[in-house]
Amino acid sequence: MTTAIEMNGITKTFPSVVANDKIDFVVEKGEIHGLLGENGAGKTVLMNILYGLDRPDEGQIFVNGKEVEMDSPATAIKLGIGMVHQHFMLVPSLTVAENIILGKELTKNKVLLDMNRMLNDVKDFCERYKLEVDLKAPVYTLPVGVQQRVEILKALYRGADILILDEPTSVLTPQEVEELFKAVRALKEQGKTVIFISHKLKEVLAICDRITVLRRGKVVGAVKADETILGELAETMVGRKVVFTFKKKRIKTREVVLKTENLKAIDDRGLPALKGVDFEVCAFEILGIAGVEGNGQTELVEVLTGLRKATEGKILVDNNDITKASPGERIRLGISHVPEDRHKRGLIPDFSVMENLILGSHNKPPFTVGRVRLNFEKISNYAKRLIKDFSIKTPNKDTPVRHLSGGTQQRVVVAREFSRKPKLIIASQPTRGLDVGATEYVRKKLVEMRDQGCAVLLISADLDEIWALSDRIAVIYEGEIVAIKDPEKTSERELGLLMAGGKSG
Amino acid sequence: MAEKTREQYLETKELLRRFFSRLELELRRILPQIIAILAAFLAGAIVLLLTGYSPIEAYGALMRGAFGDAFGVGQTFTQATPIIFTALAFLFAFKSGLFNIGAEGQLLVGGFAAALVGISFDGLPSFVHVPMALLAGALAGGLWGFIPAILKAKLGAHEVITTMMLSYVAFYVTGYLVNYPYKAPGWVSQTPPIAPSAELPRILQPTQLSASILIAVILVGLTHYTLQKTTFGYEVRAIGLNPAAAESGGISITRGMILALVISGAMAGLGGAGEVMGVHRRFIEGFSPGYGWDGLAVALVGGLNPVGVLLAAVLFGALRSGGMVMTRVTGVPLDIVSILQALVILFVAAPMLIRYLLKRGGFKWLSS
Repeated sequence: MTTAIEMNGITKTFPSVVANDKIDFVVEKGEIHGLLGENGAGKTVLMNILYGLDRPDEGQIFVNGKEVEMDSPATAIKLGIGMVHQHFMLVPSLTVAENIILGKELTKNKVLLDMNRMLNDVKDFCERYKLEVDLKAPVYTLPVGVQQRVEILKALYRGADILILDEPTSVLTPQEVEELFKAVRALKEQGKTVIFISHKLKEVLAICDRITVLRRGKVVGAVKADETILGELAETMVGRKVVFTFKKKRIKTREVVLKTENLKAIDDRGLPALKGVDFEVCAFEILGIAGVEGNGQTELVEVLTGLRKATEGKILVDNNDITKASPGERIRLGISHVPEDRHKRGLIPDFSVMENLILGSHNKPPFTVGRVRLNFEKISNYAKRLIKDFSIKTPNKDTPVRHLSGGTQQRVVVAREFSRKPKLIIASQPTRGLDVGATEYVRKKLVEMRDQGCAVLLISADLDEIWALSDRIAVIYEGEIVAIKDPEKTSERELGLLMAGGKSG
Repeated sequence: MAEKTREQYLETKELLRRFFSRLELELRRILPQIIAILAAFLAGAIVLLLTGYSPIEAYGALMRGAFGDAFGVGQTFTQATPIIFTALAFLFAFKSGLFNIGAEGQLLVGGFAAALVGISFDGLPSFVHVPMALLAGALAGGLWGFIPAILKAKLGAHEVITTMMLSYVAFYVTGYLVNYPYKAPGWVSQTPPIAPSAELPRILQPTQLSASILIAVILVGLTHYTLQKTTFGYEVRAIGLNPAAAESGGISITRGMILALVISGAMAGLGGAGEVMGVHRRFIEGFSPGYGWDGLAVALVGGLNPVGVLLAAVLFGALRSGGMVMTRVTGVPLDIVSILQALVILFVAAPMLIRYLLKRGGFKWLSS
């Protein structure tokens, strides 16, 4: 048996870190190989090296048994390696077929596009790999899962035999994940090799034949999927035991903290995004909002935090109407917000850890004296305390947040928002892009806040997360709450259907 | 006892370590600027050689002219003064994420308002009249900053367009005022002199250096303090670096931007008032050879840092004052000064190029 990929002793050092430390990585021909690891473990760097985006300091790469010099993606493509990035690189206004042939256009007389020939070619591909897509549909009209299929087709069309899928399930519904898995298995049957990058243990175990686990730039395990159990794998990956379920201390109160009444809003394009949303969140409760991204979650959070105007309806906090309150006033009322995109909304990357930790409290005593001067002594002590309490891994409080890892950055946000003594926390995709360790930490903190009496609104596209944390689960679909379920009386399947717009059975 | 000494020793060591790491950081930050300046002079030397002049003689005369004696120093700082104001104006707006390129107009209206107050009152004591005139200048400049700010906040009009257009409005409006209603008798387009009680004292006779330089230096400190140590400065910087996160943090972007642009305009206006009250003692049409634009360049050369601005403004002032001496002594045309200024800006604006040169030179640590 020949190997599809063999990487020997790959070392890659960046100014401050060893991203890959003598990594040996072997992928057999025709297998689905999982590359598992926390964020910052070196998965992406390794794959970038394989795809010619980065050059290793040391080490050799063999493709199909032959040593190669991987100097650019063009070389990788020529050698039959294709990569589907986490963020799709499609042209939304072009059709599926146009996107697939882009960059490898066939022409008549060297001038005119030979659309028919290309359509036929692409159609052949779809049939061969059982990837069903409407070739004439513009890409922007397609759901994410289908767009991903287009990306895969694109790579295959360029002659890929070895397909790298970078975190392919992070944007999909459970049903779409199933579809993807079917497609990946079909690819395997056709003799293709797939490298499946992920930090989601369950998925890697479900789909892969063999798994390589990275931790801090080193290979810490290479296992066969059918001989491994979840818990062991998690330990290998993180380096210690991991908590998957949270003991819920359910305290029943009907002390409503947040209540929305017929809440409506429009999105940036002026189209209705929220079409009359009603729900309540009580103290000592986590209400999870499940849904596929783009169904109004972003707008809901923005309306609740005062960043977007409600066109209709009311928001009540402790029975006070705050519909017209500014973001600043809402912070003062005790609403904390963990934004879905920490780079965009959560942090000021060029500010130091200390400066970021007081954002939102910077204009309140004791941090300000008469709302004029900042009291750096108090701020500095506060920052030091939070860095300690929340184990923020930073050289010191004056380090710009930009230099920190994603998980650490999220810790900064969480530390800031949770230390304000909030009565309501709005957490939007709080663990997105975080590794297992950081995810566990954030979830634990959310539960802790709930146990202390906070009302928590959790918005997440990760159904597992909603499942693990929520006391009640609301499903949002096309700007409406279509159901509110008790997690003990529903199933993943039912929620998945509701998220996809189906009726619950 | 020994324990204590050891503790003290460690403490001192720590302090020293911090000081040096800070120093290294600062040096590293301004190194591109210094290299840009050196590179500009080098390129200027080539231009001089090609046109048949001796760079050593020319630069020597320039340096002697700018710093060689008290008179030269006075002239250098006189030239630097208004640019400090306009550069701070650009810097302050920039920190909030706005491009105020209308400092020229704000300087003109500020200068005219100060002149107006200077002419209109007589017999006031200096300690009343001077602050009044300065305040008038700041207010007028602030108003000239407020207009584009409110246009931006309410209508979304881009401040680059509006501040620039308002500069022309200021140019022509003050031009009209100084040529018609407020023209002094005679053939020069200028107002009558301001009352002596509104004059800023000259502090280095016989040069025209006035107390305006002191105000400028105080303003440098004040700007630094405001940006780094106050709640408002924190908000301004937050808005400039990431408005979306600032908004999430409860900061009103509209309010912050309006205030920043008003303050920016007021600083430029104060600079105009200083020129009128300290140097010319009246408003003369065209008294500014483009201080507003120089301010933009100086702010960039100064690394968008108040202290850097001060140094860069002195450099530009020296080029102007020394340049005149250089022309007189060596016959090198004054245009070489414009070329040098342009080259400095070019090299500062090309950090990529500088980084590349540094890399080639082995300064790899700088490029990271």
